[in-house]
Amino acid sequence: MMQQIRSLGTHGCYFTKQAGILGIFLFCCLIRMVTPPIQVQRITKQIHFMGARSSIVILLAGLFTGMVVALQFYDTLVRFGSVDLLGSAVGLSLIRELGPVITALMFTGRVGSAICAEIGIMRISEQIDALECMGIDPYRFLMTSKFWAGLVSVPLLTALFDVAGIVGGYLVGVVLIGIGQGTYFNGLHNGVEWNDIEMGFIKSLAFGLVIIWICTAKGYLLHLRRTGVFGAEGVSHVTTDAVVFSSVAILLTDYLIGSIML
Amino acid sequence: MPELSESVVEIDNLVSHYGSRKILDGINLQVQRGETMVIMGGSGAGKSTLLRHILGLNLPSSGNIRIFGKEITRLSNSELSKLRTKIGVAFQGGALLTSITVAENINLPLREHTKLNSETIEIITRLKLEMVNLSGCDRMMPSELSGGMLKRAALARAVAMDPQLMILDEPSSGLDPITAVEIDELVLRMKRALNLTIVIITHELQSALKIADRIAVLCQGQVIFSGTKEQIHESNNQYIQNLLNRTPSNNQIEGNEYLRRLTGLQ
Repeated sequence: MMQQIRSLGTHGCYFTKQAGILGIFLFCCLIRMVTPPIQVQRITKQIHFMGARSSIVILLAGLFTGMVVALQFYDTLVRFGSVDLLGSAVGLSLIRELGPVITALMFTGRVGSAICAEIGIMRISEQIDALECMGIDPYRFLMTSKFWAGLVSVPLLTALFDVAGIVGGYLVGVVLIGIGQGTYFNGLHNGVEWNDIEMGFIKSLAFGLVIIWICTAKGYLLHLRRTGVFGAEGVSHVTTDAVVFSSVAILLTDYLIGSIML
Repeated sequence: MPELSESVVEIDNLVSHYGSRKILDGINLQVQRGETMVIMGGSGAGKSTLLRHILGLNLPSSGNIRIFGKEITRLSNSELSKLRTKIGVAFQGGALLTSITVAENINLPLREHTKLNSETIEIITRLKLEMVNLSGCDRMMPSELSGGMLKRAALARAVAMDPQLMILDEPSSGLDPITAVEIDELVLRMKRALNLTIVIITHELQSALKIADRIAVLCQGQVIFSGTKEQIHESNNQYIQNLLNRTPSNNQIEGNEYLRRLTGLQ
């Protein structure tokens, strides 16, 4: 019994400490993001890596998601004779929920894992120590450009996903099933309001921040892991952790923002 | 022998732990301006931990570390960053940033800390590359360099800001004997050219005897010897003699102790 209580206490202390370290990490990054010098060249390079190079995969994912959503909604709506709501249903589900969430999950897999592994390898090969020894702030040099790029790229990719999804819905609804083009776009126009777009935008901003925060922190703080596993195995563990924690955090944040804004 | 006057590095009673394990146990050490201090010791003696403390990368459990007269454990981040611009560091594996070219690695501190124009920075970069015999390698990526070239590139980066103190972690380890000697010669040449104070961590005996003005020997987290190259040969300490003569330590353990270790019983 005493052993279990002791173990519970140890775990509690560890997680509290980790939460504190993560909070300080985020604070340090946010402060440096808004204080000069702003490293435009590095931010542009990161936006190219995170955003531009993810656009094809997001485009394809959006297109097929829109097609599936249109097919499923048509199957339901046709039973109630409300096929004219198809455009509205596809638009709302993509803009409010599916667009931000699926984009964020795909972004985590493609970009989050890469930046976590990159920073983790820099940590184990003493590159981060070398930066500190040169008097270069690793937060400013490595993190701020990634945070800015995440905050810019995720909303843009989400918008791309939404547009591709609406086009996918059009292909299934109008081209394949044969509902009227006017009906589809009229439903979309009447159903989607500014608040829905705003909610999708806020979600995508929050997801961008959460993904970059968790993935950079996991790599940067690799040396503080309780298990003490360093080297290639350590990088492998933190990368897996970063993807899992980011995915869970995305869904949790989605619920929280949804419950606040609805 | 250089003129010895002022302490550049002063370590007083430094104690350090990893978790509950004591790594450094009351280290006292001084490095004078212009001298080359070689810190030797076997694997696990605490050399790299000591280096990390001198660089301010680890916080000690207790004790004081003064670099250029400043207590580094009490400096703010900005003060520490400013102090570090006077120190050049070459890590064991080079620690060059793998995402940028060799030239970009070398001129990184110049771009971050000075307002020099890009032409001047390029000239300084070529000068430093020339100094370490790496001219023509400026556009190569670190992954394209051999072990010896990596060490030399790391040395070039370490002297990019014309530091007063240079700290080298195992500069010639893992290299063939000829390349290792070349690195030693290079360190000596750089010291003369730039009037550097140098702290070198190594377990390469020949390298240490060639470069050092003074040698400190670490064993189980303690400095068991500190003195000149001549004095180390006169030491009666068994560990130092084993180190100098490359003889294995012959630690015999009692039968009961051996059984206890095997069974794990207390």
